[in-house]
Amino acid sequence: MTMNRQETEQLIQEVLEVYPDATGKQRAKHLMANDPTLEKSNKCLVTNKKALPGVMTARGCAYAGSKGVVWGPIKDMVNISHGPVGCGQLSRGGRRNYVTGYSGINVFAEMNFTSDFQEKDVVFGGDKKLATIIDEINTLFPLVKGISIQSECPVGLIGDDIEAVAKQKAKEIGKTIVPARCEGFRGVSQSLGHHVANDTLRDWVLSNRDGQEPTIESTPYDVVLTGDYNVGGDAWASRVLMESIGLRVIGQWSGDGTLSELELIPSLKPKLNLLHCYRSMNYISRHMEEKYGIPWLEYNFFGPTQIAKSLRAIAARFDETIQANVERVIAENQAEMDAIIAKFRPRLEGKRVMLFVGGLRPRHVIGAYEDLGMEIIGTGYEFAHNDDYDRTFKELQDGALIYDDATSFELEAFAERLKPDLIGSGIKEKFVFHKMGIPFRQLHSWDYSGPYHGYDGFAIFARDMDMAINNPCWKKMTPPWKQKAVGADLAEAA
Amino acid sequence: MIRQCAIYGKGGIGKSTTTQNLVAGLAAEGKKVMIVGCDPKADSTRLILHAKAQNTIMQMAADAGTVEDLELDEVLKVGYGGVRCVESGGPEPGVGCAGRGVITAINFLEEEGAYDEELDFVFYDVLGDVVCGGFAMPIRENKAQEIYIVVSGEMMAMYAANNIAKGICKYATSGKVRLAGLICNSRKTDKEAELIQALAEKMGTQMIHFVPRDNVVQRAEIRRMTVIEYDPTAKQADEYRELARKIVENKHMVIPKPLTMDELEELLMEFGILDEEDEAIVGKTAEAEAALAAA
Repeated sequence: MTMNRQETEQLIQEVLEVYPDATGKQRAKHLMANDPTLEKSNKCLVTNKKALPGVMTARGCAYAGSKGVVWGPIKDMVNISHGPVGCGQLSRGGRRNYVTGYSGINVFAEMNFTSDFQEKDVVFGGDKKLATIIDEINTLFPLVKGISIQSECPVGLIGDDIEAVAKQKAKEIGKTIVPARCEGFRGVSQSLGHHVANDTLRDWVLSNRDGQEPTIESTPYDVVLTGDYNVGGDAWASRVLMESIGLRVIGQWSGDGTLSELELIPSLKPKLNLLHCYRSMNYISRHMEEKYGIPWLEYNFFGPTQIAKSLRAIAARFDETIQANVERVIAENQAEMDAIIAKFRPRLEGKRVMLFVGGLRPRHVIGAYEDLGMEIIGTGYEFAHNDDYDRTFKELQDGALIYDDATSFELEAFAERLKPDLIGSGIKEKFVFHKMGIPFRQLHSWDYSGPYHGYDGFAIFARDMDMAINNPCWKKMTPPWKQKAVGADLAEAA
Repeated sequence: MIRQCAIYGKGGIGKSTTTQNLVAGLAAEGKKVMIVGCDPKADSTRLILHAKAQNTIMQMAADAGTVEDLELDEVLKVGYGGVRCVESGGPEPGVGCAGRGVITAINFLEEEGAYDEELDFVFYDVLGDVVCGGFAMPIRENKAQEIYIVVSGEMMAMYAANNIAKGICKYATSGKVRLAGLICNSRKTDKEAELIQALAEKMGTQMIHFVPRDNVVQRAEIRRMTVIEYDPTAKQADEYRELARKIVENKHMVIPKPLTMDELEELLMEFGILDEEDEAIVGKTAEAEAALAAA
């Protein structure tokens, strides 16, 4: 029961009717029916705009983007949440960025360091306290490789000079210190925080060894993995695949990444920068290309079809050895992939899925579902920009529903009407849809499972989707639309 | 019923000096008064306390750990005539947030019961410009309802007074705060009293008193005293007593009508302070003017 474009547009109009005029007019610009022939989204979709007051948005803030996404996973650094205690404490351990190592020795990412602002710090400024904290961190954890300062809102309001503190202290302790101006009130979502964090990587990390010789020898097969946050071990499943085709991964960021790797990249000049999350790390990828001549390539390791496509695209940038390796690796994995599909496809064939995730997965996971015979009937991003939607149209079937920064009302209304067999979104959405009797998988945290990347990940992905959709508990519940006439809820609400 | 008054005015106009001298006048009449200094410089109570600078709420809170660790009697000092004195304090210039310091300090005073029912008057002596919400704290709901603006016949002082009146309008329309008058602290400019009188009328308020310039004020200040305490027989002491009496009797509370820039300039021209504007010279360099003159 796939809808065509006209039917999807009709559905959008009906859902919008519930809003007050002004809100409906604004929200209409964020909703559309997919047209895979479109190259550019800027004429048909407004993105990266402030969420409207009164709606429930799933977005985070700039601090979440900088501290939570980009800087948080780097394991050998301490990230100071600079400001009142809540931002640091409540974001601690919130993302499943797996790391290897020993806590307090070469892993610090799981601890919460905060300047715990009090009234007096707001009134008299927090610079001195920040300097003290940096000294204390360096004393308590002498093996720490670097420190980042993640600004919370008050820091930006009172004009603390965190850059001056960073410079001074870096000189004194001889380590990299990175001041990030990621105050939560800046920008419209976590997306600006990604950008701010990328800029600090550029200004305070990558240039640190400019003009120096690399400390290890380079090879013609050096690559860097960018924008994989190693949720549930994703980056490991990807890295092992890169290595199996003969590439040498000289660094990965920021999941299970280290500061030393990042600082090494410019001098070692890898042949290719493999970019996973375009949204959060395209900025630094462009910079590395412009300044250091390191080209970048987006790849997608969700599901065997996309994996093979991406591996071949990567191989095309290298010699015949790598190309032969890629064909060998694809062939070697074929039997296992066929077996997974043979097992799960009959159980999942034709199942219809709605997605709503952050800035990459709403398009990246489509192939993996399609490998299992499933159909994406709606997708949307919390904080994507137009260039992300440009990349989405051709991945998505004609007429599928697209929703940007969907409000909780819209998601519920669409789900009521489209009756998907599975919704893939986050913890904020999960229980709403469970209560509606719709199977659900978290696509931020992988619902405490994973990895989902690479060949290793696909086996787990297929099992998890089957486990959600074919769970016998759903048959014991009657969803609301089977209790009432279709659309009755909407009509009442209108 | 405590009457709470806030004193605003351009930086350097003499707010602190005027406030303390008039408060001394009130105290001399037997009124119970508290001064709350709302300026990180913390110089609002030195003439009453004969002190260099009073320990401030914010500094003592920082030393103690948090403001919750502080007791009222640690920060509230009693000086001449039983006048109670507190200073909010705040950071040195260029760091932190002085506005938040004012908010924190006033919240502390309220929670600790500093607004004793025995008080007749509370005076807030506020930093020159209302640069942010923190410095508007004294005129928010349930705080100062009477505002006095200290002004002189100098052009910038009047600009500042008019801007402050604009700020008052915001809080006047949402609450009970009213402009209670302009205090002219004379700088001996031409036709000063008439000018401020005219300005006050245009703003819908009054010039409550014209305080003449007198060197006895400086002599008293050097001794960290008010004029009334230093030399109660001085003519200037009478002026401050007169100002105090007028404030006690003042019933003239208005929502101000700030002047537009054009109206203000017109007034200044009328009194010969500002020349008629010559549009032809705007944006002309000296070189261009010379060339024009030669042609």
